[in-house]
Amino acid sequence: MAFQIILNIFLAFLWMFFEGSMNATTFIVGYLLGLLVVFFMRRFFSTRFYIHRLYAILKLLLIFFKELMLSNLAVLKVIFQPKLNIQPGIFALETKLKEDWEITLLANLITLTPGTLVVDVSEDNKTLYIHAMDIGDVDEAVESIRQSFEKAIMEVGR
Amino acid sequence: MNASEIGEFLVVLLILIGSIISVISALGIIRFPDVYTRSHAATKSATLGVLLSLTGAFIYIWLTDHFISVRLILGILFVFITAPVSGHLIIRAAYRSHVEMTEDTVEDELKPVLNDKR
Repeated sequence: MAFQIILNIFLAFLWMFFEGSMNATTFIVGYLLGLLVVFFMRRFFSTRFYIHRLYAILKLLLIFFKELMLSNLAVLKVIFQPKLNIQPGIFALETKLKEDWEITLLANLITLTPGTLVVDVSEDNKTLYIHAMDIGDVDEAVESIRQSFEKAIMEVGR
Repeated sequence: MNASEIGEFLVVLLILIGSIISVISALGIIRFPDVYTRSHAATKSATLGVLLSLTGAFIYIWLTDHFISVRLILGILFVFITAPVSGHLIIRAAYRSHVEMTEDTVEDELKPVLNDKR
């Protein structure tokens, strides 16, 4: 991915020298033309066309914001209950992610989601131990984490 | 209602909601029974409160002084990245030093794992 971006910037600079003008506008035009070139040459690269990955990162960011809002609403609802009837507990979550940065990202996302907080990561990086504010619907929580975050992170890392 | 008024309304709304969320998170820290549940309130609500206030300040400076404050964007970014990590570390340290959970606690799948290792 990094190689494709650097190539794209190089092509943009090349365009600036062709035009003989050193403006931001020329750079942007050159970058868009270079993007077209990289797109048509995509089968010569070993990785995917990098816009796919940028799109996946953007999607992950949007999920992140949505979950942050939802988690805050959930916490506020619990705080304002006249009587606290929560059932905290710690449950384990097996993860399929391999790379260190992916697991860090997943742990951060889980910490900012409704009613969950990562307590520990096992030595072999396969299990996350998560403290849940309401353990009643653990299976559901695990399933939703799998469906949204793990999938989105895999999409970025592929 | 012209554009700058709408912008000011947005700024007021953002900063107000941010401060209300901060107050509620402080209430949560008082009300919850143990360290673990308290940190739920501390990590989530405090993060969002700070983020909303900073975003409001950013938009306000942008509208009134026509100045894009990169420092505020960086501040938002740094708070966003570091808050969950610090929450995780405090909770991990608490668990490792055997801080008790509330009596309401139902399930603990981490304890046997740590005991096996010892």
